[in-house]
Amino acid sequence: MAKKWNLIVDVARCDNCRLCFLAVKDEYVGNDFPGYSAAQPAVGQHKWLDIRRKERGAYPLVQARFMPVMCNHCDDAPCIKAATDGAVRKRPDGIVIIDPEKSKGQKKIAAACPYGAIYWNEEKQIPQAWTFDAHLLDQGWTRTRAEQACPLGVFRTIRVEDGEMMRIQAEEGLEVLRPELGTRPRVFYKNLHLMTTCFVGGTVVRHSDGVEECAAGVEVVLKQDGREVGRATTDTFGEFMIDGLEPGSSGYHLDLTGPSGRFSTRFDLGDESPYLGVLPLAAG
Amino acid sequence: MNLSILLWGIPQAMRVAARVYPDYAERLKERDVVAQIKLRDEPEVGRWIKLDNGRISTGKGIHANPDIAVVFKNEALAKSFLTPPFDQMERIDAAKNFKILLEGPDDLAIWFLATLSRLESVYWKAGTDMGNGVTRYTNGTNGGPLFVYVKDGKIIRTTPIDFTDEDEGTWSITARGRTFSPPRRMTLAAHGACQKSMVYSKDRLLYPMKRVDFDPDGERNPQNRGISEFERISWNEALDIVASEIRRAKAVGPGAIAVDHGSHHQWGNLGHYLCAFNRFWNLIGVTKLMHSPDSWEGWFWGAMHHWGNSARLGCPEFYGTVEDCLKEAEMIVFWSSDPDSTYGFEGTQRREWARELGIKMVHIDPFLNHTAAHLGGKWIAPRPQTDAALAQALCHVWITEGLYDKDFVDDKTTGFDQWKAYILGESDGIAKTPEWQEAETGVPARDVRALAREWGTKKTYLGAGSWGAGVGGACRGPTGMQWARMMAILGAMQGHGRPGYNFGNLQFGTPIDHNFYFPGYAEGGFSGDLAFSANSANNYQRMPHIVTMSTVRQSIPRMWFPEAITQGKSFGYITDVTTVQSQFFPFGYPSPGHVPVEMLYKYGSQLFGTMVGGNRWARAYQHPSLKFIVNQSVWHEGETPFSDIILPACTVFEKWDIGETFNCGPGYVHHFYTMNNHRVITMQHKCIEPLGESKSDYDIFAAVSAKLGLGAVYTEGGTSELDWVKRVFDSSDMARHVSWRQFLKKGYWVVPAEKEQARVPLANNWYYEGRKKDTPDPYPLPSDYTGEYLKGLQTPSGKFEFVPTTLGRIDDPDRPPLNQYMPTYENPERNPELEAFPLKLQTAHTRYAYHVMGDSTDSSLADIREHRVCKGGHYYLVARISSEDAEARGIRDDDLIRLWNRRGSVVCAAQVTGRLRPGTVSAYSGSAQYRPVGEPGRSTDLGGCVNMLNTKEPITKKGHGMKPNSVLIQVEKWTGADDWQPTAETV
Repeated sequence: MAKKWNLIVDVARCDNCRLCFLAVKDEYVGNDFPGYSAAQPAVGQHKWLDIRRKERGAYPLVQARFMPVMCNHCDDAPCIKAATDGAVRKRPDGIVIIDPEKSKGQKKIAAACPYGAIYWNEEKQIPQAWTFDAHLLDQGWTRTRAEQACPLGVFRTIRVEDGEMMRIQAEEGLEVLRPELGTRPRVFYKNLHLMTTCFVGGTVVRHSDGVEECAAGVEVVLKQDGREVGRATTDTFGEFMIDGLEPGSSGYHLDLTGPSGRFSTRFDLGDESPYLGVLPLAAG
Repeated sequence: MNLSILLWGIPQAMRVAARVYPDYAERLKERDVVAQIKLRDEPEVGRWIKLDNGRISTGKGIHANPDIAVVFKNEALAKSFLTPPFDQMERIDAAKNFKILLEGPDDLAIWFLATLSRLESVYWKAGTDMGNGVTRYTNGTNGGPLFVYVKDGKIIRTTPIDFTDEDEGTWSITARGRTFSPPRRMTLAAHGACQKSMVYSKDRLLYPMKRVDFDPDGERNPQNRGISEFERISWNEALDIVASEIRRAKAVGPGAIAVDHGSHHQWGNLGHYLCAFNRFWNLIGVTKLMHSPDSWEGWFWGAMHHWGNSARLGCPEFYGTVEDCLKEAEMIVFWSSDPDSTYGFEGTQRREWARELGIKMVHIDPFLNHTAAHLGGKWIAPRPQTDAALAQALCHVWITEGLYDKDFVDDKTTGFDQWKAYILGESDGIAKTPEWQEAETGVPARDVRALAREWGTKKTYLGAGSWGAGVGGACRGPTGMQWARMMAILGAMQGHGRPGYNFGNLQFGTPIDHNFYFPGYAEGGFSGDLAFSANSANNYQRMPHIVTMSTVRQSIPRMWFPEAITQGKSFGYITDVTTVQSQFFPFGYPSPGHVPVEMLYKYGSQLFGTMVGGNRWARAYQHPSLKFIVNQSVWHEGETPFSDIILPACTVFEKWDIGETFNCGPGYVHHFYTMNNHRVITMQHKCIEPLGESKSDYDIFAAVSAKLGLGAVYTEGGTSELDWVKRVFDSSDMARHVSWRQFLKKGYWVVPAEKEQARVPLANNWYYEGRKKDTPDPYPLPSDYTGEYLKGLQTPSGKFEFVPTTLGRIDDPDRPPLNQYMPTYENPERNPELEAFPLKLQTAHTRYAYHVMGDSTDSSLADIREHRVCKGGHYYLVARISSEDAEARGIRDDDLIRLWNRRGSVVCAAQVTGRLRPGTVSAYSGSAQYRPVGEPGRSTDLGGCVNMLNTKEPITKKGHGMKPNSVLIQVEKWTGADDWQPTAETV
């Protein structure tokens, strides 16, 4: 089995500093790499490495999450199937290359990508995507520019046999984007649930001699259809958050239990993470 | 060696160099000259050298008709001068004491001397050969150092610097059973990582230009500045116009020429405004535009009076706080603190260590800023500029529940009884309770009580401002002084300086070597300026060079420059950090015996984007009293066309320079490099030739100097930029560790880590423990101690003063000695005339650009959706608006929206977010672009200069600091039709 390139992206570590995005611009704008890629347009909408953003929750309990997305170098790549004249090829090391010469005029290659990661170069009339920095890896680089630039350790560029990658995927709970398409991406995501699932949060308060205080240390139990699906304890400020809920799921029951009282509520989820607001404990 | 042999050797060396190096042979063809070298006391002794289209001829003795002459006083001096290694001190001594003289045309003489000194540098090799025709150079930016890969004269790639095994310098900290060590590399800020796109930007100024309707001998049409087109002219024509205008203006009287630079410059000790620019203008004599400490306002005008720290602009010490915080602290309160913006990511890793250790995080900011969003923790969002009320309520809980450091307060402070009486409401009838603050700040009283109790019972670091020890955020606003003073007071009440209690957010205070000498840029390079840089502290002794001094004693406060021009007068206060009371010194424009300004020389910067009430500048630039404006810049930015002559400067990638990452200097931000995990000094290689006809700032000033007969003085006898770099290298401790040739080739050097025992003492601990000051800081100066030298603080009492004595010595209603809460921000309830403007605008330092740097129209930053959004071919600056306020106005993500009040109207692109307190709008204050829809200064701007909406009123009546924050605005969807007119604060 040949060793192949894979990229692991940890969503939890990304803070949208954009250094990966800028490194990819730096590498490809103004530079032709014959056999690999033609230069990326200097300005415009080409984002060979893009960063998608997602806010979860609502003021004042809100999270900002970010996720780099780029060509997935799929093992069963729709762009390869859409291309004619062998304009898109799969290298033995797993990297997908869109030939900057042969792909000329083949707009269908860009249209075929279900991830929106292939960009159409209007001036040169070619489809373009991130090449996994294949021209650098072939010169002996061991990391992509994005990984080198990242100050937060979001990326891991690794070259292993597919069996080993499957083991790592299982061990670390890695996911790929839209697995239902069967494209078999070589870009794997860690903590993807931070982009795709919901949390529920709230602020718990108690009253003491008529003065409102934050209720710390309150046990929070979340049940769905009678089954416990999450548990948390409120912090110093009475806040809690239970994560990993499926958008659109329903039948939730939240129970708060503290020394100074209890609180219960029911809710269903939409697409967004709900902030339940200020929840007063009541005696009994 | 015999002098005649030394003299004979010069033309021989030139012939050899020309044979080996085609560059040198080309240089010899640049000028034809007969140069005579001779002795003053033996008129028959000498040698002449003739250059004729690059051919060298020479003869012993005296030429009958030389073009230039180098005259040494005697043989001993000439021999010493011509025998390596050269003694710079002796050369300076000879030059300034008239022991060596130059005769003949200035420009020809310095060209010849530079050609001689090139005999040494022509053999130097720069950069690392990477194979395939690629050379790897290094450079420095405001966002960190870079490797620069060059092929065929073009930059193909820039990357961060990863260290190799041969680099030293990595420290480790053991805390709570874990050992932490930083990654062996330098990280970048976004504005450093976008530099290749900036070098090749279509906004680069590549040729000297003249406004088409500007005629120096006829109609000047100043009213058309910013409107008319420009045409290309030759360098010679441009330099002739500039030189003759300087002569004309100087003849009018002292102060007729005003000069201004941005607050920052491209990185590098030599190209910086504090060096190349200041040296030139000191030789001319100019009116300076006095900058206020505009990123530190509240600390400088306010907090300083409680504890001194004048040379830190009123901010606290930060030494050793990274180690102490990781070892001891249980909580970090980030107050108006977003270190992950603007300054790169060296500190981000350290904050992640704190999170791994379970140190709790609290973030106080109306915006869930980037640091807060990344780290997590409790977010408290007060109404903008009400923070001081929240802080006073914390004091109330601490006092009523006994949760403060009573021993410290008793022994080490004054005025606490008065402070306590105010907090408890005994002196004014209003107890500053958590409920009291809730009405003001909108923060639930319960959150304040919970925070106060946590803070009062757990070891807590206060990260105040971006760096944790000042800068940015709430200090730049109408209540900025009250806020910064409260930060100092909160620190004192918890006894800052004891282990686990200090100022910091892990951004400053790494355990790197603070004693190893390499000059910061604020030490002025070769400026010779002892008055307006930190030159005198170390650089002047370390690197012999000739002192320069301007004889003009006139200044204008920068933020009121428009009024100075259009109304003929202005008034300000000196930004002098020597001692606390120096900020009380007023100055007026015009100054006694001086004349009004009629020529302005602009050096970079884009004041429409960075100055409050930016629309005022249009009228000033178009005013007929300004007879001549030069703009010397790298890029075509918003205010570039508001000039008559444009001189194209090149980037740092096209010239030689040297610098240490984030090394500034005493009196500015001393030990600024304590932000880094490693001290890295970089050669700033000339990676490529200047684009177009652009030149380095030094070469431009040298050329103007030559036209004015000042070339030899400006360049110290033909010193090239690379020669200056070598002199800086020789002046530093680095020269004891690495050879010049090694450094020039590799391009960077990492200062070794010191032994743990040698690490700098913990900030403020000496005061807490009652020791003499033991932190490595030249201030306070000896004369500034009221008691024993090194004992106590830089206050009249030598103690922390809750009610500062120095504020009692001036009568300033904006900063009474007792730091009372005063809601001095714009508020529709108190200002009914502002009812139409319900939203508060936050204009913080930018996240991706550095002020305006990196914000060119085709910078790679432009494609960052959180920085600018492209609509109809133009990139609009992003403004963040709360989901609630957006919904009420039908605004969605990326919609074009107009932010406006009576001072300005700016179109931005919306980012709708839950990360803002409703009622608040956030847009960064550093647009490089200014695109008025109609008449400049009187119409809506599409460029993103949101500072236009801020007020020109000062932060304090007896100071000229700005308060660029929290003004009231309205926001609406942009229709494309502009009928806006300014009705306030225009000139």
